[in-house]
Amino acid sequence: MNLDIIHIIYLFGSVTFILGLKMLSNPKTARNGNILAAAGMVVAILGTIFLHEGEVNLLIYGLIFGAIGLGTVVGWLTAKRVQMTKMPELVSLFNGMGGACAALIGLVEFHHNLDSPTNIAIILAGMVIGSVSFSGSIIAWAKLNGSLKNAIRLPKYNILNTLILIGLFAYSAFIVWSGTHNETHLYGLFTAAILYGILFVIPIGGADMPVVISLLNSFTGLAAAFGGFLYGNQVMLTGGILVGSAGTLLTLVMCEAMNRPLFNVIFGAFGEGEAHQSSGDGSQGTVKEVGPSDLAVQMNYSNKILIVPGYGLAVAQAQHVIKELEQLLEDRGVEVAYAIHPVAGRMPGHMNVLLAESNVDYDKLKEMEDVNPEFSQTDLVLVVGANDVVNPAAKTDPTSPIFGMPILEVENAKHVVVNKRSMNAGYAGIQNELFFRDKTSMLFGDAKKVLTELVSELKALD
Amino acid sequence: MNEIIEFFTQNKDMIFIVVLMVFVGVEVIGKVPAVLHTPLMSGANAIHGVVVVGAIIVMLNSEPTNYVAMVLGFIAVFLGTLNVVGGFVVTDRMLEMFKKKK
Repeated sequence: MNLDIIHIIYLFGSVTFILGLKMLSNPKTARNGNILAAAGMVVAILGTIFLHEGEVNLLIYGLIFGAIGLGTVVGWLTAKRVQMTKMPELVSLFNGMGGACAALIGLVEFHHNLDSPTNIAIILAGMVIGSVSFSGSIIAWAKLNGSLKNAIRLPKYNILNTLILIGLFAYSAFIVWSGTHNETHLYGLFTAAILYGILFVIPIGGADMPVVISLLNSFTGLAAAFGGFLYGNQVMLTGGILVGSAGTLLTLVMCEAMNRPLFNVIFGAFGEGEAHQSSGDGSQGTVKEVGPSDLAVQMNYSNKILIVPGYGLAVAQAQHVIKELEQLLEDRGVEVAYAIHPVAGRMPGHMNVLLAESNVDYDKLKEMEDVNPEFSQTDLVLVVGANDVVNPAAKTDPTSPIFGMPILEVENAKHVVVNKRSMNAGYAGIQNELFFRDKTSMLFGDAKKVLTELVSELKALD
Repeated sequence: MNEIIEFFTQNKDMIFIVVLMVFVGVEVIGKVPAVLHTPLMSGANAIHGVVVVGAIIVMLNSEPTNYVAMVLGFIAVFLGTLNVVGGFVVTDRMLEMFKKKK
């Protein structure tokens, strides 16, 4: 009887996951979708515990609830306290935890399934994918929070990684066919998978981390699905495969937005030709500087201003100041909107989340395709901490590493003001000729500091 | 060859679910605006936390005297819960911000 009810519960859980994901892809229903999926998850977990057939020692129940309780408290507090700028690395970290969970399941279940080669194959697949996802996510997390700054590339790392990958397959196949009971092999495979995860992510540059996280996200989904296959557990299977396939598609969509084929992300073509600089070397003329007071006057007399926020804004935590600036300008009758590049920030949509945090209207966030025709009717564009996404070389210079990436065509506006901390190149490591154009002025300094000055200058104009 | 067919027959329900879910996953994400990529990724991240169900089953099926299984299972349930709870809460926080707009 219990066994029959659990199937209904799992069906319910699967449906909430599908509906939840569906609702998450629409701004209006997204929040409820998330809550729906969470509710389905709670029901599935409770059902698994209470409808289990057979005798279970009370101690085990205690341990399970202890682990769930601890995980809930830690997860809840971490998620509630994290600053929104730090959110991408947190998602990566949680993803790694899921991967580790799948790997541990494999480590334990190995002993229970020694007589079935099929089950062993499924267990090893789940364990290997989970381990790769775990160690890869931890590296991605370290890269995003800055503790691991540079892409570390061992000599011939592509060949090395490919060999390790083949080795993982071969080792797994050996364990399955030989029917070995030896734990050393199990832990050997586990260690190799962890190592592969590290070596897989470590050569990839920070700018590509969103893609990597999304990819590892679908890996963890796959690992969960293998667990579902092992237990004949439908909710794990549906949840896992759903995330695996949706995550893979999302990864490809992100790659498309950045015009970076997935192959290049993984096998690294970025920053490979470090000496490369588009259209000549760094010193291509002089830049014009503008101060906050002059800019305040200029903005005051503009009709239409577009703000292009980039990661520099997020790092400087300037999202609240920029909202204040927007408000002041609107009060003076200036039309203000934000032009959001699909990969602005550290994750697609990250910038939208940050600006939403400081109460910027959803309608004021314009996506690239919609806003590009508007630049020609714009008096002034304020670029805050963005670089590569406004680099005209992406359209004009076929030798540029970012050639073909869709950009915000800010060069069509009457004036462009770029806020940067220095003349250093952007994430792609290339110079931006936009900065040297006649209609461009540079506003040097930390985004938050400079924008605060700008706001007080504007107030002083009254 | 026979082994493959046998494997398929034994697991046909599961294999059907896998294939159909692949299409559902693709279909569901199909037309998502770029704005929602991050919350969507985060929400999907929480959903694969369903792997915690597997970790719970591991513990339910093990003997309390099997210390390796108990310790690894405990860690697995803890990490899986972290994935689920953290994932859903952080997604909710992101989406809450979109809601506040008028």
